[in-house]
Amino acid sequence: MLNQYLFIGILALASFAVPVIGIGFAWLISPKRANPLKRSIYECGLETIGETWVQFRVQYYIYALVFAVFDVEIAFLLPWAVAYNRLGLVALVDVVIFLGILATALAYAWRKGALRWS
Amino acid sequence: MALQIAFVIFSLIALIGAFLVVTTRRLFHSALALVLSFVGVAGLYILLEAEFLAALQILIYVGAIAILIIFAVIVTRHLMDPKARAFNEQWWRAALVAAGLFLILVFTIAKVPWPVSEAPLPTNVIFSMGSSFVGTYLVPFEVISVLLMVALVGAIIIARER
Amino acid sequence: MIPLVWYLIVAAALFCIGLYGVLARRNAIGILMGVELMLNAVNLNLVAFWRYVCPTNVAGLVFAVFVIAVAAAEVAVGLALIVAIYRSRDTVNVEEVDLMRW
Repeated sequence: MLNQYLFIGILALASFAVPVIGIGFAWLISPKRANPLKRSIYECGLETIGETWVQFRVQYYIYALVFAVFDVEIAFLLPWAVAYNRLGLVALVDVVIFLGILATALAYAWRKGALRWS
Repeated sequence: MALQIAFVIFSLIALIGAFLVVTTRRLFHSALALVLSFVGVAGLYILLEAEFLAALQILIYVGAIAILIIFAVIVTRHLMDPKARAFNEQWWRAALVAAGLFLILVFTIAKVPWPVSEAPLPTNVIFSMGSSFVGTYLVPFEVISVLLMVALVGAIIIARER
Repeated sequence: MIPLVWYLIVAAALFCIGLYGVLARRNAIGILMGVELMLNAVNLNLVAFWRYVCPTNVAGLVFAVFVIAVAAAEVAVGLALIVAIYRSRDTVNVEEVDLMRW
């Protein structure tokens, strides 16, 4: 069972190795003669004006919040879905109640404009 | 042997990540170290053959909770000031308390004869979890949905800009 | 097979590191991160006991899932409170939020 994870481990190691080898090899063989013009920012946007650590809007946090709540829902729905075939109607009603309560929360968030980007 | 090596690697990832979380001065870096620690614990879950928990650990802790924390760091601005003190004056007392508790816990763990069972792992773990959610643990299951609803509504009311 | 004691010691270390973070951080978000580490340690214990002590009963796993859900709710509300305090008092330092202290 755990042996199957060996392949995932090898894949993870390989995917770590590719960028490390690429960047490391380039660093090893490339000539290093820096001057201010060479080290300036190019192609990747402009130099920042003012502070880099600006304050972001709370709206980002609210989006992440709604996402987190419905992410947790998966933890309960997936085992139920696996067992669905042998559980019957009562279990379905239970889960519909569960989803109904969460849908109320979503409706509230929607109505309060938490999902709107104004 | 390979199992033990994997255990040591994942525990080191989890513990070094946790150590960085509580010692880094910049909060954003601690949030990233927190992700590292969560990934290490997910690896330990896989070694415990709790694949579902490992998936949940990645999905919820790394995917949602760490993101929430990072977003909270970026919406509160002055946190990034590296000159501010990150720890209070009692940090050494806190370290003493933590180290003392660790010694007590290790002593207790070493002393208790844990009743380790040799029963083989059941094949349908997720199935039994699903049926116990709508069976034995029906009330906690429904209460969790109420808790999540209250958390969402409350957090929106508290955090929303007026 | 890895002994159960190893998992328990790793979980104890994780818990104590989290406890140190909770006690020593000045920043409220840092304190919440410490709480998350402690909850992770508890979950690790629950899953380790499930695996080694009674693997046929899924109660340990079910409780771990409940702990994850409660941790998500706790972080959501806790961070919302911190954002609100930051907005009204312009600080997230727990030593400066002392209106109810005497």
